[in-house]
Amino acid sequence: MEKGKNKSVIDLLWDLFASVKLAVVIFSLISVTSMVGTVLEQNAEPEKNIRVLIKMFGVGHETAHSIYGILDSLGFMNMYHSWWFITFLLLFAANLIICSLDRLPRIWKLVREHIRPLSQEHIEKMSIRRSVSVKNKPSGIKEDVSSSISKIGFKPAESSSGNSFQFYAEKGNFTRLGVYITHLSILVILAGAIIGLKFGFNGFLNLPEGQISPVAYKDRGSEVPLGFEVRCDNFDVEYYGESDMPKAYRSWLTVLDGGKEVLKKVISVNNPLTYKGITFYQASFGPVRENMKGGILVLRLVSSDGKSTQINTNIGGNFSMPGSSAEARVTNFSPALSFDQSGRPFTYDANLVNPAAYIEFSNLGGKPYSGWILKRYPQTWRLPDGSSVEFLDYWGVEYTGLQVRKDPGVLIVYLGCILMATGLYITFFMSHKRLWVNVTEEKGAAKILIGASANRNRAAFERDIEKLAGLLGEGHKGGK
Amino acid sequence: MSGSASSVFFGLSTIAYILAMVLYIGYLAFRKNQVGVVATTVTVAGFISQTLAILLRWKEFYEVGQMGWLRAVPLTNLYESLVFFVWCLILAYLVIEFRYKNRSFGAFITPVAGLVLAFIDISGMSKDIQPLVPALQSNWLLAHVMMSFIAYSMFAVSFSTGLMYLIVKTDNRNQPAYLFWTIMLGIFAIVLCAMGLDYLTFKVAVKSQEELIKGYLFKASFRNSSSAIALLSFAASAAIIFVIWRFGGVLKKIITSLNISAETLDEITYKSIAMGFPIFTLGGLIFGAIWADQAWGKYWTWDPKETWSLITWFFYAFYLHSRLMRGWKGKRVAMVAVLGFVAVIFTYLGVNLLLSGLHSYGSQ
Repeated sequence: MEKGKNKSVIDLLWDLFASVKLAVVIFSLISVTSMVGTVLEQNAEPEKNIRVLIKMFGVGHETAHSIYGILDSLGFMNMYHSWWFITFLLLFAANLIICSLDRLPRIWKLVREHIRPLSQEHIEKMSIRRSVSVKNKPSGIKEDVSSSISKIGFKPAESSSGNSFQFYAEKGNFTRLGVYITHLSILVILAGAIIGLKFGFNGFLNLPEGQISPVAYKDRGSEVPLGFEVRCDNFDVEYYGESDMPKAYRSWLTVLDGGKEVLKKVISVNNPLTYKGITFYQASFGPVRENMKGGILVLRLVSSDGKSTQINTNIGGNFSMPGSSAEARVTNFSPALSFDQSGRPFTYDANLVNPAAYIEFSNLGGKPYSGWILKRYPQTWRLPDGSSVEFLDYWGVEYTGLQVRKDPGVLIVYLGCILMATGLYITFFMSHKRLWVNVTEEKGAAKILIGASANRNRAAFERDIEKLAGLLGEGHKGGK
Repeated sequence: MSGSASSVFFGLSTIAYILAMVLYIGYLAFRKNQVGVVATTVTVAGFISQTLAILLRWKEFYEVGQMGWLRAVPLTNLYESLVFFVWCLILAYLVIEFRYKNRSFGAFITPVAGLVLAFIDISGMSKDIQPLVPALQSNWLLAHVMMSFIAYSMFAVSFSTGLMYLIVKTDNRNQPAYLFWTIMLGIFAIVLCAMGLDYLTFKVAVKSQEELIKGYLFKASFRNSSSAIALLSFAASAAIIFVIWRFGGVLKKIITSLNISAETLDEITYKSIAMGFPIFTLGGLIFGAIWADQAWGKYWTWDPKETWSLITWFFYAFYLHSRLMRGWKGKRVAMVAVLGFVAVIFTYLGVNLLLSGLHSYGSQ
């Protein structure tokens, strides 16, 4: 430590990284660049951010274009993954490590150092002080003092000399390490994130009903082999009432490993499927537009006397009603049917929001009949002769949008989060409390002097000490 | 949803808080104890009414949603979360009033509540109960949003007391800290006035936030079609800041005459941040990340909301470090506390209103 002016480069670097000034500079750099990154949309088409620049600076398209060019070459359009932003984060980590290491030995000494008896003058200088006088010999109240200290949750140690004695106790000296646990947790989270980036991937997979895939796709379209296959058996959306606002959407997935079905699960938003470290999240859905009229129509036919059969047909397909001579034919289909003011049907959406099939019956109770049946409206399923056609599904025309992720670092990140919560709790809600109770004989009475200190949340500890003083006063009354 | 009982109670609480704001300011100005008692009573009445309103809305949501009590927490849109924020803030204020036996903070905290409620009305944000989109159907919703707003209200308290601290501690008009608080308070007052003017001028319910930004916000003042009115508004703002700057000493006198020491203000600022910071870290950042991980498979994507939460976190982490490590007390850290809350406002409103407006296509 006696190096004086001839500090080595390493010492200088150490000092630099241990300094709070550098921390402030790094905090500011990360914050300011992050702010820029929230204004410019990340990984967006150039035109979007050029518009943003035009709106912000009120410049012409040409100027905005050249500003964009400069920002883009500096990496601002994907800035959170740019080399310089990652460098800021690494500098932050280095700063955190060195700052902590620099201060740790001193704090460690404090933590290891156990409480020792103090002289009366020292106790009188403590930030929390109380004194009680009891008409008894000091030796007569020893038991009382010790048990009172236990009552407020401390285990007292004793030292006595002659006629006087002292009890002293402490609690929570480890809490001084709380801040280091918090610092460590940030490093653990960063480590988890790096492991995830290095050994994991983030991809997506749009899987139509009935199809199977051995791969997922990364953002730039490259394939990532899964090591197994995943199949979408079914996909379904549930809506709020008669609105087109989805209440829930679900995919029935099957995992095939080595050609064998190994796992089946119905996934929904907030409820993913994991197999061999790869997790499938329900992210979106959509129609397979080019196949909109080529799906399989799943109907349940119920005759008027209650006999039912389930059939699969398609647009243009024929079927016969059970228990009757009626022949039916699906002649039209709409993915999202509605009726205009004059009652004419029209399709209001290309997505499968309100699927409807138009069915013509040759002979229903002696008469021909035709009409729309809608999947979401069971009242349209009933036919005039008491039989019904239940629209169960129109299958094979929607894909489920899956977010596919492998992240071996995520458990480490979670561990870091737990550490952080623990560290913060210790730091802000616990404290290192110390107390000394000195008893001396004074004019035939026992003079009890209490001194105490807490490095945080002093007010609460002061109330405990108040209680202790009260107990000692009472003990005297009882003992008389 | 019928014209529900909850909206009646919400209306009552809004009126009560705005009345309380006037009363607390009157109490500061005239220092009549009776005024103070009435102010507290009105605040408590408003708080009870708002509590009832939130519970009733919870019940209504439960009946509409049919997904159980936990999925019916009225914390799912901007309107509901702002109402909850006001509720937490008033609760925190009442705790401080009873604990420190001092009413003077009321004049600084009820305006924050008033500003938020005025903002709800002028922005015309939807007050309807909206069904939950699938991503929000998670048990993390309750923990994440509730804890975030408890933390935000703590930060709002530290903002108020931090500002008061600066007022008490500065007297030289050329001091940076003096300039800082006068400008801050000025902007606060100007935004409140401008939004009030918007409300008085248009009295319309806007459909979307984007419509608000494009069509109404500050249209009665700064962004008026008549450039004369716009210029006048800027001149008026400059005048407001000047008046506050010139007569800031009056505010100082008022506060110091009310037996709040600068140390108490500093202590409340610190304590609310020391409470808010861990709650924000756990509920806002960690629970948010876990939820995102379960819903989308990404615990951190650097989207504007997350990024601004992190910036806010940096501000308060900086406050705590400079105070605990460096032993900085006083004006410098108080300014950090005030700026921290500006970051909170931006995280919550700016990201939704300004950044999304910037990124939208819309009319050009």
